[in-house]
Amino acid sequence: MSKRQDERAKELRERLNNELQRMSLDMCVKCTICETSCPVAPVTPLFSGPKFVGPQAERFRDGESVDHSVDYCSSCGTCSVVCPQGVHVAELNSLARAVMKAEQGVPVRDQLITQTVLMGKAMTPVAPIANAVLDNKLARIAMEKIVGVHRDAPMPTARTQSLHSWLKKRPARTKPATRGSVVYFHGCAGGYFEVDAAKKAIEVLEHIGYDVIVPEQGCCGLAEQSNGLFEKASASVRKLDEQLRSAGTDLPIVSTAGSCTGMLKHEAHEILGIHDPELLDVGTRIREISEFLMELYEADELPTDFRPINMRLPYHAPCQVKSQGMGTPAYDLLRLIPGLEVIDSNVTCCGIAGTYGLKKEKYEIAQAVGKPLFDMIKDTNEGLAACDTETCRWQIEKSSGVTTVHPIVLIHQAYGLGDGE
Amino acid sequence: MKRLDTDVVIIGGGSTGLGVVRDAAMRGYRAVLVERVDLGQGTTGRFHGLLHSGGRYVVSDPGSATECAEENAILRRIQAGAVEDTGGFFVTLADDDPAYADKFLAGAAATGVPATEISVKEALRREPRLDPRIKRVIEVADGSVDGWQLVWGAARSAMAHGAQVLTYHRVTKIERDGERVAAVICRDEKGGEDVRIDCTFVLNCAGPWAGQISSMAGAREVAVVPGRGIMIAMNHRLVNTVINRCVYPTDGDILVPVHTVSIIGTTDIHETDPDHLPIPHAEVQQMLDAGEAMIPGFRKSRALHAWAGSRPLIKDSRVSVDDTRHMSRGMAVIDHSQTDGLAGMLTIGGGKLTTYRLMAEHIVDAMNRQLGEERPCTTADEEVPGSEDRRLYTVTHRLHDREADRLDDQIICECELMNRQMFVSLLNEQPDATLDDLRRQLRLGMGPCQGGFCAARAAGIACSEQAIDAERASGLLRLFLKHRWIGIWPILYGQQVRQTALDHWIFNGTLDVEHLPQPEEEIVR
Repeated sequence: MSKRQDERAKELRERLNNELQRMSLDMCVKCTICETSCPVAPVTPLFSGPKFVGPQAERFRDGESVDHSVDYCSSCGTCSVVCPQGVHVAELNSLARAVMKAEQGVPVRDQLITQTVLMGKAMTPVAPIANAVLDNKLARIAMEKIVGVHRDAPMPTARTQSLHSWLKKRPARTKPATRGSVVYFHGCAGGYFEVDAAKKAIEVLEHIGYDVIVPEQGCCGLAEQSNGLFEKASASVRKLDEQLRSAGTDLPIVSTAGSCTGMLKHEAHEILGIHDPELLDVGTRIREISEFLMELYEADELPTDFRPINMRLPYHAPCQVKSQGMGTPAYDLLRLIPGLEVIDSNVTCCGIAGTYGLKKEKYEIAQAVGKPLFDMIKDTNEGLAACDTETCRWQIEKSSGVTTVHPIVLIHQAYGLGDGE
Repeated sequence: MKRLDTDVVIIGGGSTGLGVVRDAAMRGYRAVLVERVDLGQGTTGRFHGLLHSGGRYVVSDPGSATECAEENAILRRIQAGAVEDTGGFFVTLADDDPAYADKFLAGAAATGVPATEISVKEALRREPRLDPRIKRVIEVADGSVDGWQLVWGAARSAMAHGAQVLTYHRVTKIERDGERVAAVICRDEKGGEDVRIDCTFVLNCAGPWAGQISSMAGAREVAVVPGRGIMIAMNHRLVNTVINRCVYPTDGDILVPVHTVSIIGTTDIHETDPDHLPIPHAEVQQMLDAGEAMIPGFRKSRALHAWAGSRPLIKDSRVSVDDTRHMSRGMAVIDHSQTDGLAGMLTIGGGKLTTYRLMAEHIVDAMNRQLGEERPCTTADEEVPGSEDRRLYTVTHRLHDREADRLDDQIICECELMNRQMFVSLLNEQPDATLDDLRRQLRLGMGPCQGGFCAARAAGIACSEQAIDAERASGLLRLFLKHRWIGIWPILYGQQVRQTALDHWIFNGTLDVEHLPQPEEEIVR
């Protein structure tokens, strides 16, 4: 361990010891509900389960990290959601992992796969080549061997145009805004890879009367955080706070990046330990887009002149959306579309958990976690599935073979807004 | 009646007795230790786990301070596996007199107790839960020590040197041959027979029970004043350093991180019967207040278990009987040939766990003198079995070990990370053991669930290993739960209530433990 690493680990350990999360272990009554809900523990003996590595192991931690298997936690957060006693299980695990990574150093692979903006910026100008490389079996084998990203792991498809270059080129709006402004947070994926969903979200928001402000924005740091890169993650989320606040300090912030929304709402606060008023401000103003639309619906302010879409649609609520404690607004929203039969997957997690399922040593585990979901989607789909988060969509699409879209794409269609591509 | 023959019988299986049997055996005496229950079940198992740096006594009892400092260093060498190097702080709280710290530093220098004043900022960095209003902090070489590991280490060492250690052997009579001790008669409680041990010497190390033993030999009863103290274990380590209040020794001024818990202690109340030590509510409240004074939020933390122990203080004519705290913590050896005209018997009292080895050295030296022997003490130089590598215990040990073997073995006690192999191998070694006997060595049922999940597993495994039958397993399970309850009800508030409710549902709602088939006679040991 280098001196610098040692110092960093020490700082983190001191913080971990002092965080409220550690106090929350006192709430654990060993009931095992978290272990029975954990999607990872049942499919691999390598992960000892959330109770074990969380409130249980935490009592034994002081100093050097000795339980490296905590890294098999996928950070899906289900344990904290289901705990009836209020133990911050996932948060404890994340902090323990961060201490371990600070001691051991973070592999180059984990540093690379967390650089989502960089990937987007690099791949967009050379999209056809980048896509060809990512589709090339030999290239992927080389990538697995050199970098450690599994050869079969899902990869995003590069687009020829980024969201911001589309925004610059699109014609000025003719229909005036009737409801004021919202700030749109698209996340790195929305900016570079899931550009279609981002465009459609903007068009839906404009269609129902909002003026949509899209500030320049970077990454929320979630991938860095879940890989134990706490310093980088903190810097990323702080920068993003600034960018989102620059568009106006009292506007609603609407997001199509499901898990990044959770990062801003609670994870950066609870896991990274950031208590800045700027973060709390953004965290209270941000709404996941379905959550935002359902709030309008409940206030009788959402136009529901949806055209029918006659099909059966399997929908999966991602773990990191469920952990936001807002129910399943996308499921509720989609069911407002006439003719659309929405089937909730009722599966905890697709396995990918951000970057977990990309890693060669965890790929098989992630596939086993997601198998019930892939089977359910294969069995019920009529050509399309829906899910709120990007990496989950890539995982589902790759492993089930079914095209998987953000729910807003269907809302866009039901409003008759045509095809954005 | 079974008969044994030996040079010396040591009565009492606490730290003093085990120190003495080890010392005597290492000096070449044939030695037998008898204990009425299990090792470390009296005072030794009922303390706060502090391995004194000596700091506590630098002002009030300088002799003890120096002894503690020296013995602390020795135990770290010979019993490393039982000792954790936590370090310690003497902290001047907001309302304490900061001038005491000067007296403290002067006393430390005079007594050879290593002590260094550090900045409040540094102390808060290392122990962020300390009250930020603290005024001064002195760092000392406190540690924490597991009393049961300590006595079992000494027992294994003594046995390796040829001694016998007989647990569940209750002394019923001490026979004399005129003016000499001749034999000790015991009841083997588990074997159900009497045992006569012929001997030339008896060393009375019965601690708070020493008075009862001395009168069995027809000597004047040694006046032992049991000084009762209560302790409360909190669910996790609120601190990783021993926190002492930098004041003249008083109640509730030590918080010790031991294993996975932190222990607040203690009170000091004069009692008459060491077998019946209450844990009064008022003292529980007093301890929680004391904890809150050092660690804001202490009262909201989860208390796990409470217990009371009894200091074996020999009555000292210089202080009143009601003031047990200020009786000498120094050890006292009573030679019954001088006080009662009875040769071949010594009683030892006073002292403290940290100095148990030195106490043993003194009493065996005194025996040497009476016997006209010259056999030097070697106990400070040889590690006990299991501590040969001189690696100090750390709280991460079990997590580290389970990380290595978690794929190959079941974990039975999840809270304390005890696996099946650990349980079964000790059970095979001690097939008559109760679950409590095993608990003291393995920490079974000592974590947050207090046996709620592991006790039934342990009883079931004992059955499936064919060590005991189902009825005895049920009996042992009930006995274990009954004993756990003694330490739970006095702190039944907050988080532990929910645990207790869940445990109650499991044992009474699901397992109906009160109505399981069991032996006709309730198992008591």
